[in-house]
Amino acid sequence: MTTATKAFNAAAVREDFPILHQTVHGHPLVYLDNAASAQKPRAVIDAISQFYSSDYSNIHRGVHSLSERSTRRYEEARIKIQHFINAPSPREIIFVRGTTEAINLVAQTFGRKNVGRGDEILITALEHHSNIVPWQMLCEETGANLRIIPVDDRGDIGDFEVTDRTKLIAVAHISNVLGTILPVREIVRRANGVPVLVDGAQAVPHMKVDVQELGCDFYAFSSHKLYGPTGLGVLYGKAELLEKMPPYQGGGDMIASVTFEKTTYNTLPFKFEAGTPDIAGVIGLAAAIEYVEELGIENIAAYEMELLDYATRALSKVEGLRIIGTAKHKAATISFVMQGIHPHDVGTILDRQGIAVRTGHHCAQPLMDRFGVPATTRASLAFYNTREEIDALVRGLAKVKEIFD
Amino acid sequence: MIDDLYQEIILDHSKKPRNFGPLENASAHAEGFNPLCGDRLTLELKLDGDTVQDARFRGAGCAISVASASLMTEALKGKTREQAEQMFQRFHQLLTTDAPQPEDLGKLAVFSGVREYPMRVKCATLAWHTLHAALQNQEKVSTE
Repeated sequence: MTTATKAFNAAAVREDFPILHQTVHGHPLVYLDNAASAQKPRAVIDAISQFYSSDYSNIHRGVHSLSERSTRRYEEARIKIQHFINAPSPREIIFVRGTTEAINLVAQTFGRKNVGRGDEILITALEHHSNIVPWQMLCEETGANLRIIPVDDRGDIGDFEVTDRTKLIAVAHISNVLGTILPVREIVRRANGVPVLVDGAQAVPHMKVDVQELGCDFYAFSSHKLYGPTGLGVLYGKAELLEKMPPYQGGGDMIASVTFEKTTYNTLPFKFEAGTPDIAGVIGLAAAIEYVEELGIENIAAYEMELLDYATRALSKVEGLRIIGTAKHKAATISFVMQGIHPHDVGTILDRQGIAVRTGHHCAQPLMDRFGVPATTRASLAFYNTREEIDALVRGLAKVKEIFD
Repeated sequence: MIDDLYQEIILDHSKKPRNFGPLENASAHAEGFNPLCGDRLTLELKLDGDTVQDARFRGAGCAISVASASLMTEALKGKTREQAEQMFQRFHQLLTTDAPQPEDLGKLAVFSGVREYPMRVKCATLAWHTLHAALQNQEKVSTE
């Protein structure tokens, strides 16, 4: 055991999450659906409530005190997020509704401007639908081609080549199904100057992300998987690229001046933030990041790796269970199938024992086809999960087998 | 209780589905799809005038959807189109309302436990939606 993991006290951390302390169908809740969405610490819930109770107003341009306070807190949050992912400038942090919107923004602005007939966009076979469909839509519109980097039986991505027709490479940082951590630095190196977008929805809550070290051009993530509120996400983009991209949506806040003849767009990041944003959500996300930083993202990662190891060993002993996704570098997400038992039946029977897992295709149908399964059961862990909860999962699966034997 | 959902007869039909496989000389067919879970089912019928002479199905799915398809194909034989549609109505009522159990459902009444699991109602009705589509000469149907 390392010192970092010794220092991490999951039992104490659980006290920070009010929702975890309940029973479901008469059993203590075991929440193992963190890859879908993470629960919120008291600090986040309180920050939002406190903000609405004392500082809230619309931001920017208001001359009154509440607007000034709200604007200051909103822009301070932007700087906190900038530092959290080590972006060079707050101008490169754009607030959107979520990872999905961030990817659509890039597809509809960067994509429309730079991608034409016969060009190609490169994605991997393990992407979430949100990093497939926006590119398919763009390809349909422009006559470009979508090329797929294959995934091997363990869940690692294969080789790829870029040509002078390759205009963008879009990859997940961590697979939401397999848990594979993709070698983003290596991908950026091989991209050889072709812009790389990283879907970081699954990575940001679980590992240190430094966009300058990764070298990627765009990085997208969601607040709600990072213990923050729903309906909010972040797009990081290199300023030199963002500057050249046309706006995504027109409206208030994204303009410098408007006449009926001509509108001049605002500077970064406001050019991409039309309309009143989710101000309280941004305050909540800042509180979530503060909370995560207090625990230490390295401590979180080390603890989760240890838990993943424990869970992998425990699940491997369950007869008839096969883990899908065995990459060497993987995060604490375990997808599995059980011989002769459909994941939906597994999910229902576990739920009756208070255990929340996700079952189905996890918005990654092409990946399900790749592994020849219609669906999987997925247990995705967070730092507030414990070994006792893994044991409960294993007992739950024994009950599943008992019913179906 | 979880056993109310996974009753013995449901488990039996899910493990050993009856009328499973292709039907030769089918006169009507449809494919059902549940986008929620990716379950797919093909239903083939042999109709003699208005009467269902034979019904078989193929596909993969959870225990509830496979058992439902299996028990449905058993219940269909000898029924007229109208009787089959009425059976679907009563079956749907069994799963979605608290009204007293409709009569004449026979073995299909084992699915009453699904009522307590709203997320699973579509699993139990996929086969029936597919039947409805086949009888209406639609080739594809989705539960969403």
